[in-house]
This record gives sequence, structure tokens and C-alpha cells, in this order.
Amino acid sequence: MQVEFVSPEAVLFSGECSQVVTRTVDGDIAFLENHAAFIGALDIGQAQLWANDGVISLAINGGFVEVSGNAVTILSDGAMAAGDIDLSEAESDLAVAEEALSSDAEDVDAANAKKWAETRIQVAASS
Amino acid sequence: MAGGQERILRRRISSIEATKKITRAMELIAASRIVKAQGRVRSAKPYSEKVTDVITNLAGGGAGVDHPLLTQADQVNRVAYVVIAADRGLCGGYNNNVLRAVERAITADQAQGRQYVLVLSGKKAAGYFSFRGYEVHAAYEGFSDQPNYSDAKTMAESVAELFESGDVQQVYLAYTRFLSMGSQEVTVDQFMPLEASEIGADASENTAGGGYEFEPEPAEILSRLLPRYVEARLYAALLEGSASEHAARQRAMKAATDNAEDLKTNLTRIMNRARQEAITTEIMEIVSGSEAMSDDGDHDLDDAITQSLEGSLAALIPDRSDA
Repeated sequence: MQVEFVSPEAVLFSGECSQVVTRTVDGDIAFLENHAAFIGALDIGQAQLWANDGVISLAINGGFVEVSGNAVTILSDGAMAAGDIDLSEAESDLAVAEEALSSDAEDVDAANAKKWAETRIQVAASS
Repeated sequence: MAGGQERILRRRISSIEATKKITRAMELIAASRIVKAQGRVRSAKPYSEKVTDVITNLAGGGAGVDHPLLTQADQVNRVAYVVIAADRGLCGGYNNNVLRAVERAITADQAQGRQYVLVLSGKKAAGYFSFRGYEVHAAYEGFSDQPNYSDAKTMAESVAELFESGDVQQVYLAYTRFLSMGSQEVTVDQFMPLEASEIGADASENTAGGGYEFEPEPAEILSRLLPRYVEARLYAALLEGSASEHAARQRAMKAATDNAEDLKTNLTRIMNRARQEAITTEIMEIVSGSEAMSDDGDHDLDDAITQSLEGSLAALIPDRSDA
């Protein structure tokens, strides 16, 4: 199936994939060939594209996915390929977020920042 | 004397030459940046098109259109203007055209008893409005050359907050649309509330939207998606603005370079004439001097010199004869 990964500034990936795994706000979801038409909001998490030349991992900071007519489109305004992730930056972000959470466990921004930092570390480690 | 004039002209010509070099360099830089800016406008299109597609499909899938960003106010008391201008000048009428259009719109609003709120992008916009005593709500600068999506995001958030809090009932977006290299056009478009027809959210349920599965509910996806649409639209406007800015600067600098060239040609002509005049006068003096000497060949050389000296003194101080 045809997969397009689109950010506001450019099309980051466009090509054939056999499988796409990503995380909507309700949980992980995988798309295989001829998946039913689908629209979902993406949570902060990892996206994996099984392309012809291997698995591409991306960290996604929220976005949307649309599936129709055997084509998957992922829209995200905050996505990073494994190669673009600065591990030390992600780790320091994680430390900052954890400190903010320890003083105020209800802080939604800090919780999201923590999730985003963890996702980046995970994606960077998996490549 | 003519020699002094020649020196002054020479200095002016060399200063014009230096200016011409600068304007020429700016023209070339702007020209190369237009191409890049156009590329950015193009690569931003897929995202906003896809976002619009998804909204259309969501509406088809039964997402209600009761989001605050889609709600028309019954009465409009305050209007916000998002103005996109440049950080730098020397780009012809680019800044002034947008700023004047906004000023006109504000005057028209005030005639109807509406208040205004200004959200500005670009140092020149901030300077223009604060100098004229307008109240500026927020001013952003430093990215008019090459706007990033995160810049658009920051701006869009503050505008959406103004609108969703009910502080303003309408938001207009004023920017310069890039039509082609040779033509750009100032537009003042309604930005918020979003027109349901513009984003395809008024699609009826029998369109393509049927048959989609949604996760989570369509209404919730829509409420997450609309802010992204707003950002994408502002981002597109910023990019078009930057492409227009570079195009305007290129044209202004080309005109300046051409003018400098004309000025240089004219001044060179004047300078050459002045130099020729000086030379002619000198030759005439020598010739008349030598003729005077050959005519009075048997007179004393001393006499001739004294005469010619007196002649030049008289020419130098013409007032003396009056006295």
C-alpha cells in the first residue's frame, strides 16, 4: 500500500509499505494491505513503517492518520526520524519533565513532555 | 575652477558605484531567496490539503460543526487583524501596501463602531503601528525571511486564544499573496471563525465520508484537527508573505541598480564635459599667450609676461575694475 508521511514543512516519506504501526489516542493500531477506511487522532508515540528497504521508525508528537483506498496518510506537525533525534537533548528534556511532575503530578504539559522525551529515546534506541 | 568640479563629480560617481554594487548584491540575494521561498510554499501544500481532506471526510462522517472555531458570533464588537509584513525595509511597497490596507480596514471598522486588536508579524509592522499610536496586542519578529512552522504555531495559538475567549468576534488575516514572480497581491481575508464551506465541513453525509471508522469520535478528532488547520493556514500566509517580500525586494533593488547605472552615465557625461572645458580653456590660454609673444616678437619677453599676468589677475578679481 502507498504510505505518505506529511509534515507541515515537507513530505517526509512517500512510498510502498507492507505494514504501518502507530498509536492513536485509544491505543496502538496496525494497518495492513486493504485496511478499511479509517481516520484517527494520533497520540505521542512511535510510528513504524515497513518499507521495502527495512523498517523506518519515527517519533510522533501527535497528529492524524487517514486510511482510504489502500493508501495511508500520516499527518504530523511534530515528527522526528530516528536519525534526527538528539539523544542527550531528549534525556535532559526527560529529566526536566520528571522534576516538574514530581512537584506537580497533575501537570499535563510536563506529562506530555515526558512522554515525548521517552518516545524519542525509545525510537533512537531502536534504530 | 573646472578642475575642482571634476574632482567633486568623480567622487560622486565612485560613491554611486559603491551603492550600485550593494543594491546589485541585494538583488541577486533576493532573487535566489524567491526560489527557495517558493519551494517552501510548495512543500507546505500537501499538509494543508490533506488536513482539509480529513476535515471534509470527518464532516461527512457526522462530526458536528459546533466547534468554537466554527461558531459565528451574533454581534461583532471587536475585530482582530493578523498582519504579515517584513522585518526589513528596502523592499519597495511591500510593507506599506499591507499596512495601509489594514489601516483602511481599521478605519472602516471604527466607522461602524467596532474596536480593533492587532497581532503583528514583522518589525516594520510593529514600527508602523506603534509610531502611529495604534494599540498593538502582540508583535512577533525575526522570522519574516524564513518562517518556520513553530513560528506559525506560536502566533496561531495566541490568535486562537483571543478568539476562543470571546475577546474578539472576528479575525482577519492580512498578507501579500504570491501570484507569480511579477505580481503579488495584498489580501485581507477572514481567518476566524472558519467558514464551514471553505474547509469542506459543510459536506453532507452522503459524500465520501461514509464508511470511515473513527478513533476516537469524529467530533473529538475535529476539535483536535481545527487548530492544526488554523496553524497550517497561518503558516501558508507567512510563507507567501516571505516569497512576496523577496520578490518585492528583488524588484526594488533592480530598479535601484538601474537608477544608479543611469545616474552614473549622466554624471560621467557631465564630468567629461567639464574636463574638456578645462582642457579647452587651458589650450586657449596657451595659444593666445604664444600668439601674443610671436606678434610682439621684437618686444621684450618681460613685457609679455607682465601683460599676461595682469590679464589673469583681472580675470581672477573682476571686482577690482569696478572699484
